[in-house]
Amino acid sequence: MAGGSKEIRAKIGSVTNTKKITKAMEMVAASKMRKAQARMEATKPYVEKVKRVITHVAGAHPEYKHPYTQTRDTVKRVGLMVISSDRGLCGGLNSNLFRAILPKLKAWQEQGVEVELALVGNKAQTFFRSYGGNVVATVSDLGDTPHIEDLVGTIKVVLDKFDAGEVDEVYLASNAFVNTMTQQPTVQQLVPLQAEEKTDDSRWDYLYEPDATTALNLLMRRYIEATVFGSVVENASCEQSARMIAMKNATDNAGEMINELKLSYNKARQAAITAEISEIVAGSAAV
Amino acid sequence: MAVSMQVDIVSAEGEIFSGKAEMLFAQAADGEVGIMPHHTQFLSSLKPGTVRVVSGDEEDHFYISGGIIEIQPSVVTVLADTAIRANDLDEAEAIAAKQRAEEAMDNAKTETDIARAQVELAEAVAQIQAISKLRDSLHKTGLA
Repeated sequence: MAGGSKEIRAKIGSVTNTKKITKAMEMVAASKMRKAQARMEATKPYVEKVKRVITHVAGAHPEYKHPYTQTRDTVKRVGLMVISSDRGLCGGLNSNLFRAILPKLKAWQEQGVEVELALVGNKAQTFFRSYGGNVVATVSDLGDTPHIEDLVGTIKVVLDKFDAGEVDEVYLASNAFVNTMTQQPTVQQLVPLQAEEKTDDSRWDYLYEPDATTALNLLMRRYIEATVFGSVVENASCEQSARMIAMKNATDNAGEMINELKLSYNKARQAAITAEISEIVAGSAAV
Repeated sequence: MAVSMQVDIVSAEGEIFSGKAEMLFAQAADGEVGIMPHHTQFLSSLKPGTVRVVSGDEEDHFYISGGIIEIQPSVVTVLADTAIRANDLDEAEAIAAKQRAEEAMDNAKTETDIARAQVELAEAVAQIQAISKLRDSLHKTGLA
């Protein structure tokens, strides 16, 4: 009996330590989440403004139609950029995303469409290393403050493939931030851009410097970079909120477990005392 | 009151300026441009340099390391880059991204610290080369 209560005491000790750790991780994630959300808000003006310019360009009647706005008739290969977190312990954030991607991958496989993967974050690399797939570019260890410069290489690999006609469509898979409690895995088409049809009769075009091709190329690149970067920052924000929620649940569970263990510890202790007293009573009765 | 136009200067990592202005100067692809309200539609890349925004007696200066300027009759949008971008450097980043992919997918055996260190070394060397090239070209244009 005494041995049993000692074991329970050790268990309580270890669960208490775990609770302390998860509590600390929860608080760290909460403070990082606030910063990540601020960063997410900060990237929004750029994305909005680039979109505005793109809409203007779509409304203009340029003599040069950019390839990124032209849908290709046959799709033989597609590029897929997957944005994941570098670290785990963030609930089902990454696995939900991969689960959302898999039906897409299956559908492409059935259609005979090959997929080239560009992966952001360690978790996607680990996943596709075991799942398999043709990975053409990766980037990871972006840290808490991702910079656009860290991503340009990976984006360029994919866009160069599109330019060369090696892939006909590019998709972007990432978590969208709905609120602190909810993250929505999404797969969106990146190129060709899905611009809404304009029913504007005004016939105008830009003055371009140095020329239409160069200016539009640069604009399209920046637009795609901004979209991808926006998704990375959003995903970072999702990661911190998911981790905060996961750690909060772990802390709550640890608390419950400690209560249960304490109850059984007290019961064991009481049983030991009762047994001892009855032994003494039995002993004195014998004398 | 003078005619004014909306000016938005943004970079990927945050908003830099947003407000009304009467005139704006920027380093466009073919030289400095001065923009006043009701300018015709204009789209250009920007060279590294200063963007000046004039409103009333006030004049704001913003150093940007390149980007895009889009002009509509009543709105001017400056999309600033967060860092100096050179084609060479982008190329080096792309090669590094490919290398990382090859290393990472070459199964667990090669994923040793030595391999990772080699990639990082190659990356660093490529970047240093690109940066020095960029610096040379900036020297020629007299910007640095």
